[in-house]
Amino acid sequence: MTTLQADSFAEIEDVDEFDNFEAKAEQANLDLSPLTIDTLQVNITKMCNQACLHCHVDASPKRTEQMSLETVEQCLLILAQHNAIRNIDLTGGAPELNPHFDYFVTEAKKLGKHVMVRHNLTVTLDGHPVTGESKVYLPEFFKENRVEVISSLPYYQEYFTDKQRGRGVFAKSIESLQLLNEQGYGKAESGLLLNLVYNPAGAFLPASQESLERDFKKELLEKFGIVFNNLFTMTNMPIHRFKSQLKRIGTYDDYMEKLIGAFNPCAAEGIMCRSLISVGYDGKIYDCDFNQMMDLQIEAPDAKTVFNFNFSKLSNRRIKFGAHCFGCTAGAGSSCGGTTT
Amino acid sequence: MNYYESNDLKKFAEVGRFRKELMDKFFEYYNKVTGEDGALTKREKALIALAVAHSKNCPYCIDAYTTQCLETGANPDQMTEAVHVAAAMEAGITLVHGVQMNNVLDRHGA
Repeated sequence: MTTLQADSFAEIEDVDEFDNFEAKAEQANLDLSPLTIDTLQVNITKMCNQACLHCHVDASPKRTEQMSLETVEQCLLILAQHNAIRNIDLTGGAPELNPHFDYFVTEAKKLGKHVMVRHNLTVTLDGHPVTGESKVYLPEFFKENRVEVISSLPYYQEYFTDKQRGRGVFAKSIESLQLLNEQGYGKAESGLLLNLVYNPAGAFLPASQESLERDFKKELLEKFGIVFNNLFTMTNMPIHRFKSQLKRIGTYDDYMEKLIGAFNPCAAEGIMCRSLISVGYDGKIYDCDFNQMMDLQIEAPDAKTVFNFNFSKLSNRRIKFGAHCFGCTAGAGSSCGGTTT
Repeated sequence: MNYYESNDLKKFAEVGRFRKELMDKFFEYYNKVTGEDGALTKREKALIALAVAHSKNCPYCIDAYTTQCLETGANPDQMTEAVHVAAAMEAGITLVHGVQMNNVLDRHGA
């Protein structure tokens, strides 16, 4: 109950209202067509050493989907051919569990691209969940390639973190952050970027990014001597594992009403699908990682995979929206880079 | 049917069905006090409101301000401490009236 107004208490009677994102955008006179493609976000594996409660990928140690070397090479070719695509954002699962991860990173760096890795922190200490291969080299590898490390840490305390990501994850995350700090990550003078990602530990919206960042910086420094650059707040997307959880406890409708009630046209204008495209482990192209996980194929005829990539067609596509998009436009907005306002 | 239904909170504004201007004034005041950072942050205000909600036994407010605390970045430790402050105040308020009891005892020479 942030604000009390007659409108904010209006009941949304029709469940189909949830799948009415485009009408809501139109009502607000928004043109949400693509602006450019400056980032290739590539989901190179669904395997993860963790199985988090809110994971929209449903990633876990049991998943076997991996991007092949042929597909990795094709992504690199696209990066080489398009100067406009300045950033490569590697995600998963735990992207470090793809056998071609190191190759992908080093080759993308040779092309002069800015490489971001969605690093879950614990994989450094857990290693490969199937082969047992050690991953303790990662902090040094990241430093050598000047990778931007972006890591989820749901809270600066154990309770919310372990509740969401599994018992013992907080302690391991702290140890892994300290290893990254030892390499210079998060220290202003090093230029090595270490950004953390907060998402709520339940069916509520994130607090203000600035105030949470202040709390995280103070608490992590005082209690663990940890430094980092920025905190990105993200809203939990009502899809897959999180959606099932909401349905199970009977709060899905409430959560959707909350997201729709907090629809912010300014946040909508900055949504990430307007400036990136998402690539699946099999090379298929999507508007974003969430559409990928829902298998909402991109609306770009003859340009649906990295093997028939067409910058012009993709830049002029019509972005496919769904009920989950209200997650990106609620409050201050939500994207892989935090708020969008 | 229960007297307290969580969905009834959504009907709060309907109290303005008659004499709407009075509810409008209330909402304006309420939102100004609780919905903005001031000398106190929104989080601090939410924690105070959560404590008051418990002290006044208001299930609507407990629902709303548990959420508001989370959405302003408070954690369960802080929220639980706020409830303890309310409980301690209630206990203290009860106990300090023991002074009145003692005064009467003294008056009776007991």
